[in-house]
Amino acid sequence: MAQLQRPGAPNPQQQKTFASDRFGRRVIRDFKINRTIYLMLLPVLVYYIIFQYGPMYGLQIAFKNYIPSKGFTGSPWVGFDHFVAFFNSFYFWRLLGNTLLLSFYSLLFFFPAGIVLALLLNEIGNPRFKRTIQTITYMPHFISLVVIVGMMVDFLSTNGLINNLLGQIGIGPVPFMRDPGWFRTLFIGSDLWQNIGWSSIIFLAAISNIDPALYEASRIDGASRFRQAMHITFPGILPTVTILLILFIGRFMTVGAEKILLMYNPVTYETADVIQTYVYRKGILQADFSYSAAIGLFNAMISFTLLVLANAIARRLGESRLW
Amino acid sequence: MHKTIGERAFDGFNAALMVALALVTLYPLVFVLFASLSDPNAVVQNRGLLLYPKGLTLEAYKLVFANPNIATAYVNTLIYVVCGTAVNIVMTSLGAYALSRRNVMWKNTIMFLIVFTMFFEGGLIPLYLLVGNLGMLDSRLALIIPTAVSAFNLIIMRTAFQGVPVSLEESARLDGASDWTILARVVLPLSLPVVAVMVLFYGVYHWNSWFPAMIYLQTRELFPLQLILREILIANDTGSMIGSVASSDSMPIGETIKYATIIVATLPILFLYPFLQKYFVKGVMIGAVKE
Repeated sequence: MAQLQRPGAPNPQQQKTFASDRFGRRVIRDFKINRTIYLMLLPVLVYYIIFQYGPMYGLQIAFKNYIPSKGFTGSPWVGFDHFVAFFNSFYFWRLLGNTLLLSFYSLLFFFPAGIVLALLLNEIGNPRFKRTIQTITYMPHFISLVVIVGMMVDFLSTNGLINNLLGQIGIGPVPFMRDPGWFRTLFIGSDLWQNIGWSSIIFLAAISNIDPALYEASRIDGASRFRQAMHITFPGILPTVTILLILFIGRFMTVGAEKILLMYNPVTYETADVIQTYVYRKGILQADFSYSAAIGLFNAMISFTLLVLANAIARRLGESRLW
Repeated sequence: MHKTIGERAFDGFNAALMVALALVTLYPLVFVLFASLSDPNAVVQNRGLLLYPKGLTLEAYKLVFANPNIATAYVNTLIYVVCGTAVNIVMTSLGAYALSRRNVMWKNTIMFLIVFTMFFEGGLIPLYLLVGNLGMLDSRLALIIPTAVSAFNLIIMRTAFQGVPVSLEESARLDGASDWTILARVVLPLSLPVVAVMVLFYGVYHWNSWFPAMIYLQTRELFPLQLILREILIANDTGSMIGSVASSDSMPIGETIKYATIIVATLPILFLYPFLQKYFVKGVMIGAVKE
């Protein structure tokens, strides 16, 4: 019987009694009605508590000297020592600069590329041609980073495909993967190759949601296709662009560290080493847990602040936003 | 509709650009495929683009399949993909179903706790220490349990479940169906496209994942394919694969072995991809439109 009541909205009389009920009685009642639902949620909740909130609890070691035998809680406090040490270290500005620059270039070149591709795909009249191009350009998204970087190492080596081609017009050989000056270009370029198609999907989805009546009306008014793209399509996807921009800014400090770990080598650290790769080397390879956790926390705090700021600006401008 | 000259010129230019993009996207993969089928010496001497396999041979593939490291890693990857994805799908559907119900008191609180983890996380080091404290280091569980649910996928699935007509569930409930039955017999079958997308997303994640394996695993017998690939492709270690072949021609065959390994490790995904494509575009749109 209790099961039967759940789906229907509570009638006004019930709502009144709910409001006057004590909180505890509401909780118990909810648990009785929804016990199957909470049973289903249990494994998910346990997962989130242990594997997502557990590490957050563990972040206290950023303010401690972590001693494995004493655990997260038992290790002695040291306050902000690790943060101060990081800010004063030789690597701080280099890591921060590299992280921000890579993200900035990605924002400058990668982010608009998906929008442009979506707009161009939208102008293709022949649906079969359009679908073929989409199928081909989405595909590299599913290839593993190890294979992508492995292909780069092979093609870009001094006796690889690219240098062979360059050699035929008298250039080279260029040691692409061992030259710090090439790192950012290669990182962004290969990201474009792999993900430009994938990043256009979401904008194409937004375009398909634009009211077709707008196009018809503008056609009657004699608008060219270029004008339609500028005045209907682009404004139509602007809310999506804003949301993605906010999310992008929220990820500003987490530039593809897994890919950098595969791509870089000590010769290119100068431009390639970012905060998260440094955390990996310090923490996992050198087992300097507290220090690297502090750097990780610093990174996460900046990310979160950027996200909140970007969202607040979008709200102020009256644009769509996350919350 | 009549097109102006400017529009025709643009259409031509646009089509040419798209064809160029498609060629640039495909050619690196085609090159790898051709090179993997070529005679090793011809590949090493070749000084430019390959337009067809030179001196067709399957020698490299024979060495790849005969290699015990690759075979073990392939089996390991299959284990991680199958078990990992199964855990992901069960957990994600349970969470998505529960959080798509109306009149659940703690729903919004729990949803907030889940979404919050998308924007702030404990990070690599505490997670690594936690996995160690739970005794999962160097075990297969480390590649399955810590990534049991993705908040992003949970939101997509929940949105899809919310789209299932309420009347269908209510009539099932009147027939005496429990929430378990409604999830298994009503909601999931009606959301098959999204389930397909989730299987694809999670499956590809497990197939391509290498970083957790690198930090959590030490025993080579547990390594997934991507970790072995990394040794061959990036650390450039084909020595173990060449084995008995005389050292003088070990260099060229090493090159084609690399290409053959790439093909063997990538082909399963590229084969599945066209069949699932229509589903994942749909899935991304559900996530995009209603988020």
